[in-house]
Amino acid sequence: MGVMHEFTKGLWKEVPPFRLVLGLCPVLAVTTAAKNGVGMGLATTFVLVCSNTLVSLLRSVIPKKVRIAAYIVLIASFVVIVELAMQAYFYPLYKILGIFIPLIVVNCIILGRAEAFASKNRILPSIADGLGMGIGFTLSLTFLGALRELLGSGTCFGYPVMWESFQPFGILVKAPGAFICLGMILGLMNWISARQKAKNAG
Amino acid sequence: MTEYLLLLVSAVFVNNIILARYLGNCPFLGVSTRLDTALGMSMAVVFVTTLASATTWIVQTYLLTPHELEYLQTIAFILVIATLVQFVEMFLQKAAPALYKALGIFLPLITTNCAVLGVAVLSIQNEYSFIKTLVFAFASSVGYGLALVLLTGVRERFETAPIPVHVRGTSLGLITAGLLALAFFGFAGMV
Repeated sequence: MGVMHEFTKGLWKEVPPFRLVLGLCPVLAVTTAAKNGVGMGLATTFVLVCSNTLVSLLRSVIPKKVRIAAYIVLIASFVVIVELAMQAYFYPLYKILGIFIPLIVVNCIILGRAEAFASKNRILPSIADGLGMGIGFTLSLTFLGALRELLGSGTCFGYPVMWESFQPFGILVKAPGAFICLGMILGLMNWISARQKAKNAG
Repeated sequence: MTEYLLLLVSAVFVNNIILARYLGNCPFLGVSTRLDTALGMSMAVVFVTTLASATTWIVQTYLLTPHELEYLQTIAFILVIATLVQFVEMFLQKAAPALYKALGIFLPLITTNCAVLGVAVLSIQNEYSFIKTLVFAFASSVGYGLALVLLTGVRERFETAPIPVHVRGTSLGLITAGLLALAFFGFAGMV
Protein backbone atom coordinates (compact mmCIF):
# COMPACT_ATOMS: atom_id res chain seq x y z
CA MET A 1 0.00 0.00 0.00
CA GLY A 2 1.01 3.65 0.11
CA VAL A 3 2.29 5.93 -2.58
CA MET A 4 3.82 3.18 -4.68
CA HIS A 5 0.55 1.30 -4.74
CA GLU A 6 -1.35 4.39 -5.91
CA PHE A 7 1.15 4.71 -8.71
CA THR A 8 1.17 1.12 -9.93
CA LYS A 9 -2.59 0.52 -9.86
CA GLY A 10 -2.95 2.85 -12.85
CA LEU A 11 -0.59 0.72 -14.87
CA TRP A 12 -2.49 -2.56 -14.93
CA LYS A 13 -5.19 -3.15 -12.34
CA GLU A 14 -7.14 0.02 -13.08
CA VAL A 15 -5.58 1.13 -16.36
CA PRO A 16 -8.01 3.82 -17.48
CA PRO A 17 -9.25 3.08 -20.99
CA PHE A 18 -9.25 -0.70 -20.72
CA ARG A 19 -10.40 -1.26 -17.14
CA LEU A 20 -12.31 1.79 -16.05
CA VAL A 21 -13.50 2.33 -19.66
CA LEU A 22 -13.27 6.08 -19.22
CA GLY A 23 -12.09 8.74 -21.61
CA LEU A 24 -12.81 6.71 -24.71
CA CYS A 25 -13.14 9.52 -27.25
CA PRO A 26 -9.44 10.40 -27.52
CA VAL A 27 -8.57 6.71 -27.23
CA LEU A 28 -10.58 5.95 -30.34
CA ALA A 29 -9.87 9.11 -32.25
CA VAL A 30 -6.16 9.77 -32.07
CA THR A 31 -4.78 6.22 -32.09
CA THR A 32 -4.39 6.00 -35.85
CA ALA A 33 -0.62 6.08 -35.28
CA ALA A 34 1.61 5.34 -32.30
CA LYS A 35 3.11 8.83 -32.30
CA ASN A 36 -0.27 10.52 -31.87
CA GLY A 37 -1.05 8.18 -29.00
CA VAL A 38 2.12 9.23 -27.17
CA GLY A 39 1.39 12.93 -27.70
CA MET A 40 -2.20 12.73 -26.55
CA GLY A 41 -1.21 10.55 -23.59
CA LEU A 42 1.47 12.93 -22.38
CA ALA A 43 -0.82 15.96 -22.73
CA THR A 44 -3.48 14.18 -20.68
CA THR A 45 -0.92 13.05 -18.08
CA PHE A 46 0.23 16.63 -17.57
CA VAL A 47 -3.30 17.88 -17.04
CA LEU A 48 -4.15 14.93 -14.81
CA VAL A 49 -1.14 15.36 -12.50
CA CYS A 50 -1.61 19.13 -12.25
CA SER A 51 -5.34 18.92 -11.58
CA ASN A 52 -4.90 16.12 -9.03
CA THR A 53 -2.27 18.19 -7.22
CA LEU A 54 -4.37 21.34 -7.07
CA VAL A 55 -7.60 19.57 -6.21
CA SER A 56 -5.85 17.76 -3.39
CA LEU A 57 -4.32 21.01 -2.10
CA LEU A 58 -7.65 22.84 -2.25
CA ARG A 59 -9.80 19.98 -1.02
CA SER A 60 -10.64 21.66 2.27
CA VAL A 61 -11.20 25.08 0.65
CA ILE A 62 -13.61 24.16 -2.13
CA PRO A 63 -17.22 24.01 -0.88
CA LYS A 64 -18.86 20.64 -1.46
CA LYS A 65 -21.79 22.03 -3.44
CA VAL A 66 -19.83 23.70 -6.21
CA ARG A 67 -16.94 21.27 -6.29
CA ILE A 68 -17.62 19.88 -9.77
CA ALA A 69 -17.73 23.36 -11.29
CA ALA A 70 -14.56 24.30 -9.41
CA TYR A 71 -12.77 21.19 -10.66
CA ILE A 72 -13.82 21.88 -14.23
CA VAL A 73 -12.41 25.40 -14.07
CA LEU A 74 -9.13 24.10 -12.64
CA ILE A 75 -8.89 21.44 -15.32
CA ALA A 76 -9.80 23.88 -18.09
CA SER A 77 -6.99 26.23 -17.05
CA PHE A 78 -4.42 23.46 -17.37
CA VAL A 79 -5.87 22.40 -20.69
CA VAL A 80 -5.43 25.93 -22.00
CA ILE A 81 -1.79 25.82 -20.89
CA VAL A 82 -1.25 22.55 -22.76
CA GLU A 83 -3.09 23.90 -25.79
CA LEU A 84 -0.96 27.04 -26.01
CA ALA A 85 2.28 25.14 -25.31
CA MET A 86 1.56 22.59 -28.03
CA GLN A 87 0.61 25.29 -30.47
CA ALA A 88 3.96 26.95 -29.84
CA TYR A 89 6.29 23.95 -29.75
CA PHE A 90 4.59 20.95 -31.41
CA TYR A 91 2.51 22.55 -34.13
CA PRO A 92 2.20 19.48 -36.45
CA LEU A 93 1.00 17.32 -33.56
CA TYR A 94 -1.36 20.11 -32.48
CA LYS A 95 -2.86 20.05 -35.97
CA ILE A 96 -3.33 16.28 -35.95
CA LEU A 97 -4.87 16.05 -32.49
CA GLY A 98 -7.03 19.06 -33.35
CA ILE A 99 -10.27 19.26 -31.47
CA PHE A 100 -9.26 16.55 -29.02
CA ILE A 101 -6.87 18.87 -27.18
CA PRO A 102 -9.58 21.26 -25.92
CA LEU A 103 -11.68 18.17 -25.28
CA ILE A 104 -9.23 16.99 -22.61
CA VAL A 105 -11.39 19.20 -20.37
CA VAL A 106 -14.27 16.77 -20.60
CA ASN A 107 -12.16 13.63 -20.51
CA CYS A 108 -13.92 11.72 -17.77
CA ILE A 109 -10.67 10.25 -16.43
CA ILE A 110 -9.49 13.63 -15.21
CA LEU A 111 -12.72 14.70 -13.54
CA GLY A 112 -13.17 11.14 -12.31
CA ARG A 113 -9.80 11.03 -10.57
CA ALA A 114 -10.32 14.50 -9.10
CA GLU A 115 -13.67 13.49 -7.67
CA ALA A 116 -12.89 9.90 -6.69
CA PHE A 117 -9.33 10.26 -5.47
CA ALA A 118 -7.71 13.68 -5.19
CA SER A 119 -10.60 15.27 -3.31
CA LYS A 120 -10.19 12.71 -0.50
CA ASN A 121 -6.44 12.19 -0.34
CA ARG A 122 -3.28 14.02 0.60
CA ILE A 123 -1.10 15.60 -2.03
CA LEU A 124 1.59 12.92 -2.46
CA PRO A 125 -0.75 9.97 -3.09
CA SER A 126 -2.78 12.23 -5.40
CA ILE A 127 0.27 13.03 -7.52
CA ALA A 128 1.19 9.33 -7.60
CA ASP A 129 -2.36 8.45 -8.61
CA GLY A 130 -2.37 11.06 -11.37
CA LEU A 131 1.04 9.99 -12.63
CA GLY A 132 0.15 6.30 -12.61
CA MET A 133 -3.19 6.80 -14.33
CA GLY A 134 -1.58 9.17 -16.84
CA ILE A 135 1.22 6.77 -17.71
CA GLY A 136 -1.24 3.90 -17.92
CA PHE A 137 -3.36 6.01 -20.25
CA THR A 138 -0.33 6.93 -22.36
CA LEU A 139 0.84 3.31 -22.63
CA SER A 140 -2.65 2.15 -23.60
CA LEU A 141 -2.92 4.82 -26.28
CA THR A 142 0.54 4.03 -27.59
CA PHE A 143 -0.19 0.30 -27.66
CA LEU A 144 -3.48 0.75 -29.48
CA GLY A 145 -1.91 3.30 -31.82
CA ALA A 146 1.03 1.03 -32.60
CA LEU A 147 -1.27 -1.93 -33.25
CA ARG A 148 -3.53 0.02 -35.58
CA GLU A 149 -0.60 1.65 -37.33
CA LEU A 150 1.25 -1.65 -37.79
CA LEU A 151 -1.69 -3.53 -39.27
CA GLY A 152 -3.48 -0.57 -40.82
CA SER A 153 -0.62 1.10 -42.65
CA GLY A 154 2.32 -1.28 -42.13
CA THR A 155 4.51 1.19 -40.26
CA CYS A 156 5.69 1.68 -36.69
CA PHE A 157 6.23 5.24 -35.45
CA GLY A 158 6.28 6.24 -39.12
CA TYR A 159 8.94 3.72 -40.21
CA PRO A 160 7.92 0.95 -42.60
CA VAL A 161 8.50 -2.38 -40.85
CA MET A 162 6.35 -4.93 -42.64
CA TRP A 163 7.52 -7.06 -45.54
CA GLU A 164 7.11 -5.76 -49.05
CA SER A 165 4.10 -7.74 -50.21
CA PHE A 166 2.19 -6.86 -47.01
CA GLN A 167 -1.30 -5.55 -47.73
CA PRO A 168 -2.32 -3.11 -45.00
CA PHE A 169 -5.80 -3.49 -43.49
CA GLY A 170 -6.90 0.01 -44.36
CA ILE A 171 -10.06 -0.30 -42.31
CA LEU A 172 -8.05 -0.40 -39.08
CA VAL A 173 -6.98 3.23 -39.29
CA LYS A 174 -10.59 4.27 -40.00
CA ALA A 175 -13.39 4.63 -37.46
CA PRO A 176 -14.74 1.04 -37.47
CA GLY A 177 -11.25 -0.34 -36.87
CA ALA A 178 -10.90 1.82 -33.77
CA PHE A 179 -14.06 0.46 -32.18
CA ILE A 180 -13.38 -3.15 -33.12
CA CYS A 181 -9.73 -3.06 -32.00
CA LEU A 182 -10.58 -1.57 -28.64
CA GLY A 183 -13.44 -4.05 -28.15
CA MET A 184 -11.15 -6.97 -28.85
CA ILE A 185 -8.47 -5.68 -26.49
CA LEU A 186 -11.07 -5.33 -23.73
CA GLY A 187 -12.16 -8.92 -24.32
CA LEU A 188 -8.58 -10.09 -24.27
CA MET A 189 -7.88 -8.28 -21.00
CA ASN A 190 -10.95 -9.89 -19.44
CA TRP A 191 -9.69 -13.28 -20.59
CA ILE A 192 -6.19 -12.70 -19.17
CA SER A 193 -7.62 -11.53 -15.84
CA ALA A 194 -9.94 -14.52 -15.62
CA ARG A 195 -7.01 -16.86 -16.26
CA GLN A 196 -4.88 -15.17 -13.62
CA LYS A 197 -7.71 -15.41 -11.12
CA ALA A 198 -8.21 -19.08 -11.89
CA LYS A 199 -4.49 -19.69 -11.46
CA ASN A 200 -4.39 -17.92 -8.11
CA ALA A 201 -7.46 -19.76 -6.90
CA GLY A 202 -6.39 -23.21 -7.94
CA MET B 1 -31.60 25.89 -48.85
CA THR B 2 -29.67 23.07 -50.50
CA GLU B 3 -26.67 24.11 -48.48
CA TYR B 4 -28.51 23.56 -45.20
CA LEU B 5 -29.98 20.28 -46.37
CA LEU B 6 -26.51 19.02 -47.28
CA LEU B 7 -25.19 20.10 -43.90
CA LEU B 8 -28.04 18.24 -42.24
CA VAL B 9 -27.50 14.98 -44.11
CA SER B 10 -23.75 15.20 -43.72
CA ALA B 11 -23.93 15.72 -39.96
CA VAL B 12 -26.50 12.99 -39.34
CA PHE B 13 -25.17 10.25 -41.60
CA VAL B 14 -21.85 10.87 -43.31
CA ASN B 15 -19.91 12.49 -40.49
CA ASN B 16 -21.93 10.94 -37.72
CA ILE B 17 -20.70 12.45 -34.52
CA ILE B 18 -20.09 9.17 -32.72
CA LEU B 19 -19.28 6.76 -35.48
CA ALA B 20 -17.10 8.98 -37.65
CA ARG B 21 -15.97 11.82 -35.39
CA TYR B 22 -15.59 9.79 -32.18
CA LEU B 23 -17.29 12.24 -29.82
CA GLY B 24 -19.38 11.36 -26.80
CA ASN B 25 -18.40 7.73 -26.51
CA CYS B 26 -18.61 7.26 -22.74
CA PRO B 27 -22.38 7.79 -22.47
CA PHE B 28 -22.74 6.07 -25.85
CA LEU B 29 -21.53 2.82 -24.31
CA GLY B 30 -22.83 3.57 -20.84
CA VAL B 31 -26.52 4.09 -21.53
CA SER B 32 -26.93 1.89 -24.60
CA THR B 33 -28.28 -1.10 -22.74
CA ARG B 34 -31.95 -0.16 -22.48
CA LEU B 35 -34.06 1.52 -25.11
CA ASP B 36 -35.97 3.95 -22.87
CA THR B 37 -32.80 5.32 -21.25
CA ALA B 38 -31.20 5.63 -24.68
CA LEU B 39 -34.19 7.64 -25.94
CA GLY B 40 -34.12 9.90 -22.88
CA MET B 41 -30.41 10.49 -23.26
CA SER B 42 -30.79 11.25 -26.98
CA MET B 43 -33.49 13.83 -26.32
CA ALA B 44 -31.42 15.48 -23.61
CA VAL B 45 -28.39 15.61 -25.91
CA VAL B 46 -30.37 17.16 -28.79
CA PHE B 47 -31.82 19.79 -26.47
CA VAL B 48 -28.60 20.76 -24.71
CA THR B 49 -26.29 20.58 -27.74
CA THR B 50 -28.45 22.88 -29.84
CA LEU B 51 -28.88 25.36 -27.02
CA ALA B 52 -25.21 25.22 -26.01
CA SER B 53 -23.90 25.69 -29.56
CA ALA B 54 -26.13 28.74 -30.04
CA THR B 55 -24.97 30.25 -26.75
CA THR B 56 -21.28 29.55 -27.29
CA TRP B 57 -21.51 30.99 -30.80
CA ILE B 58 -22.85 34.23 -29.34
CA VAL B 59 -20.16 34.22 -26.64
CA GLN B 60 -17.43 33.66 -29.21
CA THR B 61 -18.67 36.22 -31.73
CA TYR B 62 -19.68 39.07 -29.44
CA LEU B 63 -17.44 38.54 -26.42
CA LEU B 64 -14.24 36.64 -27.16
CA THR B 65 -13.37 37.75 -30.70
CA PRO B 66 -13.91 41.53 -30.24
CA HIS B 67 -11.76 41.53 -27.12
CA GLU B 68 -9.13 39.19 -28.62
CA LEU B 69 -9.69 36.59 -25.95
CA GLU B 70 -9.87 33.57 -28.26
CA TYR B 71 -7.36 31.68 -26.13
CA LEU B 72 -9.96 31.57 -23.36
CA GLN B 73 -12.33 29.65 -25.63
CA THR B 74 -12.02 26.32 -23.83
CA ILE B 75 -12.61 27.75 -20.36
CA ALA B 76 -15.40 30.05 -21.51
CA PHE B 77 -17.23 27.32 -23.40
CA ILE B 78 -17.09 24.72 -20.66
CA LEU B 79 -18.33 27.27 -18.14
CA VAL B 80 -21.16 28.33 -20.43
CA ILE B 81 -22.15 24.71 -20.97
CA ALA B 82 -21.98 23.81 -17.27
CA THR B 83 -24.07 26.83 -16.31
CA LEU B 84 -26.50 26.23 -19.12
CA VAL B 85 -27.05 22.64 -18.09
CA GLN B 86 -27.67 23.78 -14.53
CA PHE B 87 -30.18 26.40 -15.72
CA VAL B 88 -31.95 24.00 -18.02
CA GLU B 89 -32.25 21.58 -15.15
CA MET B 90 -33.77 24.16 -12.81
CA PHE B 91 -36.02 25.58 -15.51
CA LEU B 92 -37.37 22.20 -16.52
CA GLN B 93 -37.95 21.24 -12.91
CA LYS B 94 -40.23 24.27 -12.51
CA ALA B 95 -41.79 24.64 -15.94
CA ALA B 96 -42.06 21.13 -17.33
CA PRO B 97 -41.93 18.53 -14.57
CA ALA B 98 -42.90 15.72 -16.93
CA LEU B 99 -40.01 16.48 -19.27
CA TYR B 100 -37.73 16.93 -16.28
CA LYS B 101 -38.66 13.49 -15.06
CA ALA B 102 -37.78 12.00 -18.42
CA LEU B 103 -34.50 13.88 -18.89
CA GLY B 104 -33.59 14.62 -15.28
CA ILE B 105 -30.90 12.08 -14.53
CA PHE B 106 -29.19 12.59 -17.87
CA LEU B 107 -28.76 16.34 -17.63
CA PRO B 108 -25.86 16.44 -15.13
CA LEU B 109 -24.07 13.77 -17.16
CA ILE B 110 -24.22 15.93 -20.24
CA THR B 111 -21.77 18.54 -18.97
CA THR B 112 -18.99 16.03 -19.43
CA ASN B 113 -20.35 14.65 -22.68
CA CYS B 114 -17.65 15.71 -25.08
CA ALA B 115 -20.13 15.81 -27.97
CA VAL B 116 -21.61 19.05 -26.59
CA LEU B 117 -18.30 20.87 -26.28
CA GLY B 118 -17.06 19.21 -29.45
CA VAL B 119 -19.94 20.46 -31.60
CA ALA B 120 -19.59 23.96 -30.15
CA VAL B 121 -15.88 24.07 -30.94
CA LEU B 122 -16.35 22.52 -34.39
CA SER B 123 -18.92 25.14 -35.40
CA ILE B 124 -16.47 27.89 -34.49
CA GLN B 125 -13.59 26.14 -36.27
CA ASN B 126 -15.65 25.70 -39.42
CA GLU B 127 -16.66 29.38 -39.22
CA TYR B 128 -20.36 28.67 -39.52
CA SER B 129 -22.90 31.47 -39.41
CA PHE B 130 -25.43 31.49 -36.58
CA ILE B 131 -28.14 29.67 -38.54
CA LYS B 132 -25.63 27.14 -39.84
CA THR B 133 -24.39 26.53 -36.30
CA LEU B 134 -27.95 25.82 -35.21
CA VAL B 135 -28.53 23.40 -38.08
CA PHE B 136 -25.18 21.72 -37.55
CA ALA B 137 -25.70 21.31 -33.80
CA PHE B 138 -29.22 19.99 -34.22
CA ALA B 139 -28.26 17.55 -36.97
CA SER B 140 -25.17 16.33 -35.13
CA SER B 141 -27.10 15.58 -32.00
CA VAL B 142 -29.86 13.86 -33.97
CA GLY B 143 -27.11 11.74 -35.49
CA TYR B 144 -25.94 11.01 -31.95
CA GLY B 145 -29.41 9.88 -30.98
CA LEU B 146 -29.72 7.76 -34.10
CA ALA B 147 -26.46 5.92 -33.44
CA LEU B 148 -27.32 5.50 -29.76
CA VAL B 149 -30.78 4.06 -30.44
CA LEU B 150 -29.46 1.77 -33.17
CA LEU B 151 -26.72 0.37 -30.93
CA THR B 152 -29.16 -0.08 -28.07
CA GLY B 153 -31.51 -2.01 -30.31
CA VAL B 154 -28.72 -4.43 -31.12
CA ARG B 155 -27.39 -4.66 -27.57
CA GLU B 156 -30.80 -5.43 -26.11
CA ARG B 157 -30.83 -8.61 -28.14
CA PHE B 158 -27.52 -9.72 -26.68
CA GLU B 159 -29.22 -10.38 -23.37
CA THR B 160 -30.71 -13.61 -24.61
CA ALA B 161 -27.89 -14.59 -26.96
CA PRO B 162 -25.18 -17.10 -26.03
CA ILE B 163 -22.08 -14.88 -25.86
CA PRO B 164 -18.59 -15.91 -24.69
CA VAL B 165 -18.26 -14.68 -21.14
CA HIS B 166 -15.10 -12.61 -21.66
CA VAL B 167 -16.49 -10.29 -24.32
CA ARG B 168 -19.80 -9.62 -22.56
CA GLY B 169 -20.64 -6.00 -21.84
CA THR B 170 -18.48 -3.14 -23.05
CA SER B 171 -16.19 -5.29 -25.15
CA LEU B 172 -18.94 -6.58 -27.40
CA GLY B 173 -20.62 -3.17 -27.28
CA LEU B 174 -17.52 -1.65 -28.85
CA ILE B 175 -17.22 -4.34 -31.50
CA THR B 176 -20.89 -3.84 -32.38
CA ALA B 177 -20.32 -0.09 -32.58
CA GLY B 178 -17.47 -0.84 -34.97
CA LEU B 179 -19.74 -2.85 -37.23
CA LEU B 180 -22.31 -0.07 -37.05
CA ALA B 181 -19.61 2.40 -38.07
CA LEU B 182 -18.77 0.10 -40.95
CA ALA B 183 -22.41 0.24 -42.04
CA PHE B 184 -22.38 4.04 -41.82
CA PHE B 185 -19.39 3.99 -44.15
CA GLY B 186 -21.91 3.26 -46.84
CA PHE B 187 -23.06 6.87 -46.60
CA ALA B 188 -19.58 8.18 -47.41
CA GLY B 189 -19.48 10.04 -50.68
CA MET B 190 -23.18 10.82 -50.52
CA VAL B 191 -22.54 14.49 -49.84
